[in-house]
This record gives sequence, C-alpha cells and structure tokens, in this order.
Amino acid sequence: MVHSGETYAVVLALFFAVAAGLVGSFALMKRMVLAGDVISHVALPGLGLAFLFHFNPLIGGAATLFVGALLIWQLQKKTGLATEAMIGVVFAGSVAIGAVLTPKEDLVEALFGRFQDLSLVAFLVGVAAVLLIILVVFGFKDELILGLFSPELAAATGVKLERLNLYFLLVFSLSVLVGLRFLGALLAGSLIIIPATTGRRLTSDLSQFLVVSCLASVVAVGSGLAVTRYLLPQFSPGPVIVIISAALFILSLLKKPAAA
Amino acid sequence: MTPILSVRDLTIRFGNRTVIQHLNFAVDPGDNLAIIGPNGAGKTVLLRALLNLLPYEGVIQWAPDVKLGYVPQKVAADRQLPLRISDLLAAKARLLKLTAQDVSLVADRVGLTPELLATSVGILSGGQFQKALIAFALLGDPNVLLFDEPMSSLDELAEERIYELLRDLQRERHLTVLLVSHDLSVVYQFATKVLCLSKGKSCFGPPREILTPETLEAVYSAPLKFYEHHHDH
Repeated sequence: MVHSGETYAVVLALFFAVAAGLVGSFALMKRMVLAGDVISHVALPGLGLAFLFHFNPLIGGAATLFVGALLIWQLQKKTGLATEAMIGVVFAGSVAIGAVLTPKEDLVEALFGRFQDLSLVAFLVGVAAVLLIILVVFGFKDELILGLFSPELAAATGVKLERLNLYFLLVFSLSVLVGLRFLGALLAGSLIIIPATTGRRLTSDLSQFLVVSCLASVVAVGSGLAVTRYLLPQFSPGPVIVIISAALFILSLLKKPAAA
Repeated sequence: MTPILSVRDLTIRFGNRTVIQHLNFAVDPGDNLAIIGPNGAGKTVLLRALLNLLPYEGVIQWAPDVKLGYVPQKVAADRQLPLRISDLLAAKARLLKLTAQDVSLVADRVGLTPELLATSVGILSGGQFQKALIAFALLGDPNVLLFDEPMSSLDELAEERIYELLRDLQRERHLTVLLVSHDLSVVYQFATKVLCLSKGKSCFGPPREILTPETLEAVYSAPLKFYEHHHDH
C-alpha cells in the first residue's frame, strides 16, 4: 500500500533529481566538482550534532552547509595551491568531526541516508526549495554563461561575479540539503555531479545538456527508489541510486565524446 | 574638444610590483590610440584598469555618454564548454535587453555566418574566434572599442581582414579605438595617437613623434633593425 507520506517523499526525491541535474550541469561547467563534494561533506558535523542532541537533522545540516558555502566562497576568491589544500583540509576535517560527533547507531544513516516518509509541511518546504533552485539557475543563466566563457568579459559586461558565485554556491548547498536525508552526506553531492557528467558525455549543446542531465538524474532516482521498494528492500535507496547513476555514466562512455 | 577619456597620474601595482606609474594621457572622440611596448610593460593591465576590472590609483575619467566594447587578447575558455557563439551573443543580448535582430545585425556586419554562429566556441579557429569576440564587443552599440590584439593566433591574411573590419566599423559607427598592438606596421597605418609603455616609463604623442627610431629603441631597448628584419619575413 502506498500512503501519502511515501508519495510525498517519492515526488520530492524526483523534484530534487531535476534540481540536482540542473545545478550539477553548471557546477560541472564551472569546474567546481571538488568544492561541491566538500559542501555536502560539511553537512556531516551538523547532522552529527542533530542526532546527538535530538533536533531535526536538516536544521543541523543546513547550518553547517551554509557555513561551508560561505567558506568555499571566500576560498574561491583566492587561487593556487593554498586553496586546493584548504579545501582538502575542510573536506577531510568535517568528515572526521562528523564521524566523532554522530552517535554510532546513526552514523550509517548520516553518511548514506535513509528513505523516510514526509509530512505535508516538509514536502511543501522541499518543493518550494526545489522551485527556488530552478528559478535562480534560470534567472541567472545568462550571467552564468558569460562567467563560464570569460570572467573578464562577463565583468566588462556588468556581471557582478562575486555575488553570482555566492548565489550559485547557496543554490548548490540548497540542492545538497534537499537530497541530504535520503542520500546522506557522502552521496548527496554525487547525485549533483554524476548525472551532469553523463549529460555532458552525450550532448554538445547547452539546452540538450541541461535536459539530458536532468533526465539522467530523474531516471537514477526513480529507478533507485523502485528497485529498493519492490526488488531489494534490504538496501537503502541512496547507495542504489548512486550506483545506477554511475552505471548510466558508464553506459554513456559507449558514445564518443560530444565535442572534440 | 572635450576628451572622451582622460587619465591622470595613473599608477597600478600588484603587491609591491609597480606595473604602471604616474601615467597621463587623453583620448579625443574618434581617435585611434595605439598602445605599444614590450611584453610585460602593462598594456593589457592598462586596458583592464580602463574597464574598471582592476584596482588602481589616480584618475580614469570617461566621458559621461561613453559605452565601452572590449575585445580581450585571449579568452582562456574551457574548450569543452557546450557553448556556441550564438549562445554567448544571445546571453549578452538578453542581459542588455537587446533584440534578436540586434544580434543578427552585428553577426552580419562582422561576417559570422549561421554555420559559425552554431559552432562550439571550443573548436573555432583563431580568426573565427576573434570575429566572435568582436561581435560580442559590438553588441550594445559601444562608442569606444578597447581592442587587445592577439599575439599569434591569427595568420597574416586573417589579421589584415580584422583591421580592415576595424577601420570600416570605426568609420560607420564613429568609434573611438584603443588598440594594444604588437605590430608596428599596423600602428603606422592605423593610429592617430601612440602611447608607449616601457618599464614603468611612458611616452605619448602623434605617431610621427613617437614612432622614431630613437624612441622605439628606448621603448623596446633593442635596435630598430630588429623590427625591420622582423617585417621582412
């Protein structure tokens, strides 16, 4: 029997998939895959604190996520080895702190997520977040495109790059946050990156790229949820979704690269 | 005539390295200012400061009605980006609230064919890329064009075509052009004023005063013969 709490969760997961594909496409073009991974891992200490003190994990995750996003934003303004090293330190450090903070019995859930029913309020908040993500990405699409092509030309055209980068990081963090509970801190970032990588392999045109990334993401989430509900209920959906996503990417390797 | 640009006591530093020091010059509407000097003299840096993309000390004063178009020397665009020239032009047009017709007018003028417009930015030749950058700069109808000449990406024929295009555009649109050039033969033909930058020093004046063997030798710290030899190729 499918009940409404489960329906809400499934529908939000699919909404998240669309946002992840879209944000991931731009993250991939911006070459911020590493920064993206850090952002999702930074959520772990927050999740740990939430499990430890029994408050809503999403609030804990959100708090540390946005601190993480601001940190990356500051780091992005600088370049060079020091930044790379800093990102590596934040990345490993937050996983370690999260692992220490999280009670043992909750650690697997914090790392790999758990699929659970949603209340109507949680569902509506989630859907609003996804709509906001999509609106921001499309609203700033032209600025993002110019910034990707040439930060210098974008600035000369009047694009405020620092502000744009901050908005993008916040939207990225928000996407991670929506996926955080059912994918976990280790995997939430990967669903933003992998479908976009698949989309990039298969297309050479921006609009097609965005569409195919979103499709790859929706297919992975949808089939992952279906597989764990009907065929392999002993597994949690997060890892299965990421495995399917990775399998789609491997399939995409059969096609020759889109742009020479 | 009121200058369209006046620069007074401009100094640009990166950390403790001073690239440009106490620079003064002025550009009148319709001028063709050529900026010359050896590598590392700060020519590109000067253009970027004029575009307000860099911090500087001193005064850079543009006329109030000025609209700048910028053609950078190179764009380190990721060749893997799934962007076509038309995507870039459309993005800029939407940001400036221009119409699709504005885009096609500029594309036509510069000679961007529909095939070129649909080509990924990563696989353009040097000359095609340059055309795309010029079209991008011309969108929005600038009255000043800042043009940073590419060092080596163009063959001679392509280069000549680009300068022909620049000259025509200048006539049609009453453009003021600030041109960073590595090619003195272009400067001879093209410039109404010359600004030379060299090791923190500068000189400024009409071509017949600046483009003398003595000044050039001082600017490039090399005998002029080198250049004559260079142009024999």
